[in-house]
Amino acid sequence: MATTEAPSLPVSLANDEIPARSLWQMMLRRFIKHRMALIGFFILVGILLYVTIGSLIFTEAYANYNDTSLRLQPPSAEHPFGTDTVGRDILARTVYGGQISLIIGILAVTVAVTLGTAIGALAGYYGGLVDSILMRLTEAMLSIPSLLLLLVMAKFFSGKIPDVNLLGRTFSGSVIVIILIIGLTSWTYLARIVRSTFLSIREQEFILAARALGIPDRRIILSHILPNALAPIIVAATLGVASAILSEAYISFLGMGVRPPTATWGSMLDGAYQYLEEAPWLWFYPGLLIILTVMSINFVGDGLRDALDPRGDKKV
Amino acid sequence: MGRYIIRRLLQAVPLLFIISLVLFVLMQASGDPLATLGGRQPPRAEDRERLARQWGLDKPILVQYLYWLIGNDWTLVDVNGDGTGDQPGTRLGVLRGDFGNSLVTRQPAMQVIAERIPNTLILMLTAEALIIIFSLFIGVYSALHPYSFFDNVLTGFSFITFSMPIFWIALMLMYIFAIRFKAWGLPYLPTVGMYDPVVGRTFAQVASHLVLPAMSIALIDIARYSRYIRSNMLEVINSDYIRTARAKGLRERSILFVHAFKNAALPLVTIVGMDLPLLLAGAVVTERIFAWPGMGRLFLDHLNRADFPVMMGLLMLISVAVVVFQLLTDLVYTWLDPRIRYA
Repeated sequence: MATTEAPSLPVSLANDEIPARSLWQMMLRRFIKHRMALIGFFILVGILLYVTIGSLIFTEAYANYNDTSLRLQPPSAEHPFGTDTVGRDILARTVYGGQISLIIGILAVTVAVTLGTAIGALAGYYGGLVDSILMRLTEAMLSIPSLLLLLVMAKFFSGKIPDVNLLGRTFSGSVIVIILIIGLTSWTYLARIVRSTFLSIREQEFILAARALGIPDRRIILSHILPNALAPIIVAATLGVASAILSEAYISFLGMGVRPPTATWGSMLDGAYQYLEEAPWLWFYPGLLIILTVMSINFVGDGLRDALDPRGDKKV
Repeated sequence: MGRYIIRRLLQAVPLLFIISLVLFVLMQASGDPLATLGGRQPPRAEDRERLARQWGLDKPILVQYLYWLIGNDWTLVDVNGDGTGDQPGTRLGVLRGDFGNSLVTRQPAMQVIAERIPNTLILMLTAEALIIIFSLFIGVYSALHPYSFFDNVLTGFSFITFSMPIFWIALMLMYIFAIRFKAWGLPYLPTVGMYDPVVGRTFAQVASHLVLPAMSIALIDIARYSRYIRSNMLEVINSDYIRTARAKGLRERSILFVHAFKNAALPLVTIVGMDLPLLLAGAVVTERIFAWPGMGRLFLDHLNRADFPVMMGLLMLISVAVVVFQLLTDLVYTWLDPRIRYA
């Protein structure tokens, strides 16, 4: 790609093969030096181990097994996090709920990144009418409080998607609904970043050269301009996972999210406030896991921002 | 300046139009208001058909939107439910200030909403006041003592708070200040509602019921804003004009609180202006947990019954508030900071 034009570019990710490798190494070194990011990274690894190794210890059937004679038992050796309103083991449910919460977070961000990048790239590259229409749409999305929009959309899609079987497990269709609606409501920030990168890069000479060579728009957009926006996209995507997990928790907490028996950390808290006094463990542990996850992802995101920002050298 | 305001307002028109159309389509398809009409007993099929015709729910969605927007007094509507239009409609449409009647209470939607606005405002303005006071205090203190013990504790605290879901904060506050305090024999705070119905809606009652929900809303934003003010203040303190003020021999206190503070707090206007209208809606979760009778709860209750006139009214109200507050923020900012001019 645009090797000959490299000197006219500011330091960026997309110059050519060999410096790019050392650039990634530089980033890795900056990231490791970022103490909070490293702590966040290890907490995150711990949580991933928790939800994966946990599912080797407890079966999903055990997590969904209810015995109402054991309902609302306080934490004990047998049920370290206690049992819920129908006697299910909360520890096992946080393992399986965590898997779903994390999957929702990651897939929702994938949807949002795809949408946001596409919309931002089209608006920034073509400008004019396309830009005006797409940006009005973005502003419209930003003017509606996202939680209210999420609730309206949750209601809109609810029951329209059937359950799916994947890898021998049944996932409630509501999981897909949640992924879709969080993705559909959280692309606006990304679209704006990508658009502004496109606006500034498309005026540069190497793009003019690429056009003169007859390279199709699609290739110019994807392989000449887009790599320049990679750093902010990575940071926004990382932080997006944290807010997607929070969004899921809010929707599920309000009873519009993932349907039982599939658990998420958020849906485990649905209705828990009615047992505030009798069973604080109902909401304490799932909530704690949400906080740990969101916090560690935020740390990693901040670390990535400092590591990927070319001007960030002085901070480390 | 006048032309700038007019241009901004004109730009807002297509924006609000897009918002209303998108929301209307989403809402119409998101539930059947007739299904919940009879309470536990769903209405009979022929009744449903008749009601759908009488309420105009059988019309294509864009026609329904048109009626919502400009009213239906120019066309014939089906009053007796026999499938043909009989007499002119009575709705005036949103553009003439008529948001339609609630499908649940049959009262005008705006009246249903207006009843809740004062309750939400009490909660929101208290929370916003807490946010501004605490975040200014914490932010400025941290900036004046960077990397001190207190600053580090606050940094850690704000990172944790920032990652908390608001319902967890609310549950935690309820657990500590209502349940544990009660168990320890300390004076404890009420958790549910706006006032004790036995005592009535007195100032002391509302104030004591206000503490926990307002704190739940405020905590996250205190964490966010105080970090923001801290970094602003740090930047300003190290700038040249502060060094000049020091060189002139001004007193440290007047340097900090007159020269530095003014510039450091200025950007706060922007984020408060952006967040204030969103706070109107941001209380959905808090209002639900604390059973606070505000707009957020109204939204949840009527969402479940597919009462779209009320929900559309609420969402449009908030969208208009967002647009107006954005403009106001920009105007206030030019007034506060003469360096900025809009052409």
